[in-house]
Amino acid sequence: MKTNEKSGFAKFVDSFGLPRLIITAFLLLLLIACPFVGADLPTQISNIISRFSWNGVLVLAMVPMVHSGCGLNFGLPLGIISGLLGATLSIELGFTGGFSFVMAILISTPFALVFGGGYGWLLNRIKGGEMMIATYVGFSSVSLMCMMWLVLPYKSPNMVWGLAGKGLRTTISLEGYFNQVLARFLAIKIGNFTFPTGTILFFALLAFLMWAFLHTKTGTAMTAVGSNPVFARAAGINVDRIRLLSVIMSTWLAAIGILVYEQGFGFVQLYMAPFYMALPAVSAILIGGASVNKATITNVIIGTILFQGIVTMTPTVMNNMIHMDMSEVIRIIVSNGMILYALTRKTEAAA
Amino acid sequence: MSEEKTPLLQMQGIKKDFFGNQVLTDINLTLHEGEVIGLVGENGAGKSTLMRILFGANMIRETGGYEGEILLNGKKVQFHSPFDAIAAGIGMVHQEFSLIPGFTTTENILLNREPSRKSLVSDIFSDRMNTLDRKKMEERADAAIRLMGVDLDRKMLISDMPVGHKQFTEIARELSKDHLKLLILDEPTAVLTEKEAEALLSAIRGMAQRGIAVIFITHRLHEILSVCDRVCVMRDGKLVQDVPAKETDIPQITRWMVGREIEGKSEAPKEDTARNSSARTILSISHLWVDMPGETVRDVTLEVKEGEILGIGGLAGQGKLGIPNGIMGLYQAGGKVVFNGEEIPLNSPRKCLDSSFAFVSEDRRGVGLLLDESLEWNIAFPAMQIQNKFLKHYLGGLIKWRDDAAIREVTQKYIDELAIKCTDSRQKARELSGGNQQKVCLAKAFALEPSLLFVSEPTRGIDVVAKSLVLDALKRFNRENHVTIVMVSSELEELRQCCDRIAIVSGGRITGIFSTSESAEKFGALMLSNVI
Repeated sequence: MKTNEKSGFAKFVDSFGLPRLIITAFLLLLLIACPFVGADLPTQISNIISRFSWNGVLVLAMVPMVHSGCGLNFGLPLGIISGLLGATLSIELGFTGGFSFVMAILISTPFALVFGGGYGWLLNRIKGGEMMIATYVGFSSVSLMCMMWLVLPYKSPNMVWGLAGKGLRTTISLEGYFNQVLARFLAIKIGNFTFPTGTILFFALLAFLMWAFLHTKTGTAMTAVGSNPVFARAAGINVDRIRLLSVIMSTWLAAIGILVYEQGFGFVQLYMAPFYMALPAVSAILIGGASVNKATITNVIIGTILFQGIVTMTPTVMNNMIHMDMSEVIRIIVSNGMILYALTRKTEAAA
Repeated sequence: MSEEKTPLLQMQGIKKDFFGNQVLTDINLTLHEGEVIGLVGENGAGKSTLMRILFGANMIRETGGYEGEILLNGKKVQFHSPFDAIAAGIGMVHQEFSLIPGFTTTENILLNREPSRKSLVSDIFSDRMNTLDRKKMEERADAAIRLMGVDLDRKMLISDMPVGHKQFTEIARELSKDHLKLLILDEPTAVLTEKEAEALLSAIRGMAQRGIAVIFITHRLHEILSVCDRVCVMRDGKLVQDVPAKETDIPQITRWMVGREIEGKSEAPKEDTARNSSARTILSISHLWVDMPGETVRDVTLEVKEGEILGIGGLAGQGKLGIPNGIMGLYQAGGKVVFNGEEIPLNSPRKCLDSSFAFVSEDRRGVGLLLDESLEWNIAFPAMQIQNKFLKHYLGGLIKWRDDAAIREVTQKYIDELAIKCTDSRQKARELSGGNQQKVCLAKAFALEPSLLFVSEPTRGIDVVAKSLVLDALKRFNRENHVTIVMVSSELEELRQCCDRIAIVSGGRITGIFSTSESAEKFGALMLSNVI
C-alpha cells in the first residue's frame, strides 16, 4: 500500500480507496470538532482505541473465511456462542481473576471446533449461497441458545436469576473475574487518556499469527481456494477440507473475539446479544477495503478503527452540539447506516 | 437462380476482431431468393460469428462492431439488435434453444406475436390489455407446423417434448413470421435423429421453393450435399470455397475444411518422426469413460509412448476434451489408466499430480489461472502444494513458510524463457492478454517438472504469433526435458505440426490413429465417421 508515494496523490487515492479516504476525512473532522462542542478529546481518542481493541479480534475472524471463498462470516454468532459458553462455564467452575480468562479461552475452544466443524460441513454443501445460509445459521443458533441459557443447569449465584435460582441472567458482570484483564496489562494512563496495551498486544499477536498463517503452504492454498476453487482443485487441493479449516478458524477467532470484547466491556451479554455482533464486524472489514473474497490484516485494522471511530464519535459530537441525550438513537442510526453503506460496497475490489 | 436479379443478401468485405484477435477476414457472401447454402467449417472457423453479425447480435456490438457492409435487397442495412434483423425478415434458429419450457408449442411459436382480440379494457388502457385469440393462434401455429411437414402436438408443453420436437418448434416459430425472407439454421440437425433430420431437410427444400433463402450450418456434410445449392467452406476466419453443391463431394469439402497445406507442405517431414517407434508404452488407457457435459467420452482405449507428442483431434463435442479432463480427475470418469506399470486411480486430481502428471486446461480463465493473483502465485502454486517446492521449513518442518524469493526467481525464469509479456512478476494474471495467459499456464505445468503433460487446446483464442510461440515451447519442452506430451486440439494443422502421432476422436471413441503425414482427407473422414 505504501509503494505508491512517488506517483502522487491520485495513485494514493487509488490504492487507499476513495470511500475510505472520505470516511477518514469525516472521522478527522469529528475529532477536530470535539474541543469546539465541548467534548474532551483525549477521552474520545481513548474511547476509539479501546473500542478498537474490543472489536479487533471479531473483525479478524472474518479473514479466514473470506480467503477461502466462503464469503463474509455472517454466522459469527455461532463462534460468539462458543465464547459465551467458555466464559459462563469458566465462571461456573469457580475460576477467578486473570485465570478465568485463560480458562474461558480453553473451554470455549472445543465448542468452537465442534460448532465450526458442523457449520463448515454445512457450508461445503451449499457452495455459492454461503452468506445467506451463514446468516440463518447465526440466527438459529442464537435462538436455540436463548432457550439453552435458561435450561442449562448453571448454579453460580453470580450468574443465575436471583429469585428462581436457575437460568442465566441477560447480563453478567465480570467484576472479580476477567474484567479488564488484558486492558489493565501494561496500560498507559496520561490524564484522561488511557491506552489498553494488553488488549492491543493480544490483538496484535492474533493478527500476526493470522498473517503468518497466510504465508504458509496451507494459508496459500486457502487464498487460492477463495480466488479460484477449480484452479485449486486442479492443483490437487482438497477444496472442502481447506474451506472447513477456514470456517473452524473463523469460529474459533469469533469465540476468542467475544471474550476479548467482554473483558473490555466488563459484562457477559447473553440471549439476543450475539445477534447484533456479526453485522458490525462484517461492516468494519468491508469499510476497511476488503471484498467478498479478498481481505488483508490492514483491511481489518483500518476498517475497525474507521467503523468504531465513526460509531463512537458521531453520537458524542452530535449530543454535545444539540445538548440533548440522543446518543443511543444516533448510535443506532449511524451504526446501521455504516452497515448499510458497507454492504452496498460488498463487491468492491480490495484496496 | 436468376443472376440478373439483385441478390437477397450481400455481405461484402466483412471483418471482425475480438480484442485484436482476427476472427473474420474479408468475407464476401451472396445469397439469392430461394437459395439454400451450406456453411461448413471446423469449430472456430468463424461461422457462428458471421451469423451473429448478420443477425445483429448484441455481443458483436459490445466487442467493437464489425467492418464491411451488409446489403439486403441491394440496400445497405445495419442491424443494431436482433429485433432489427427480425423486422427485416431474417430468422435464426440457434444451437441452444430459446423456448419457454412451461408454455405449449403454440404459445412458443407465436410468442409476442399472438393474434389478439380487443376488449373494453384494452380500449381504455392499451393494446397490452388485449386478450389472446386462442383459436386463431392454433390456426397460425398449425399452418407453420404444416409447412415443415412434421407432426407436432400443438398443446404439448415444451418441457415434455423430445429434443427433436423442440428444434422443430423453433423452426416453426421462424416460419410463422409472415415476412420471413432468410432463415439461418445453426446446426439444427445436431440433436435430431436420422428420421427427424430427414424431415427437416425436406422442410428446408419446401421453404426454398416458396422463395425463402436458407443458410444451413452443419457438420453433417451429406445433409449439405442433399439439400444445398451451394457450399461455402470457412477456415480460420476466411471463406475459402464457394462452389455449387453439385460440383463437389464429401472428401473434397473435408479437405477444404481441415487442410490448408494439402498441396505439398503438409508432408514436410518432422526431424525424426521415427524416433519413438520403438519406445515403450508409458501410459495406457483402457475403456475410459468420462462424464464431461458436452464432451462425453464413451469408450477410449489408447496407448501413449514414452517421449512422444501424441495429438488428439476431432470435432467439438465429440469427447476429445473429456479425455485429459477425465484422467486428471476434473470430471467423473471410469476405466483403467496405467502409468509406468502402476494403475492411477481416477477421480482424484491429487493422485495424478503425485504421479507427476501435469495438465494445461482448455479453460484457461476458469481452471487454468488464478486471475486475481500475481503471476508468481499462478506459476508456483501447484509445484508448491504438490511437491513442496518454494517452501522454507521451520521448527523441524512443522511450519512450511512460503519462500517468496524463490517463487519470484522461478517466475522470472519462465517469464524470460517463454517471453511472457508483463510489467513484472507481480502483475495480476487477469491483466495479461490471452496468449500470455496461455504461456503462464504452460509455465505452471513446466514448473511441476512433470513426466507426462496433458495440454488441452493450447492455442484456443490466441493469435498466430502467440500460437507459434506456445507450440515451439511445447516442442522444446518435449525434446529437452524428455517429457511425454498428450496434446488435444481441434486444429488439425496444429497437431500435424507438433505431434508424432495423431488420434482422432469421434462420438466419444477413438476412430483411428495415424502418423502426421497421413492426408487431411483421411483425418477428416475419421472425424466425421462416428459423429453423434
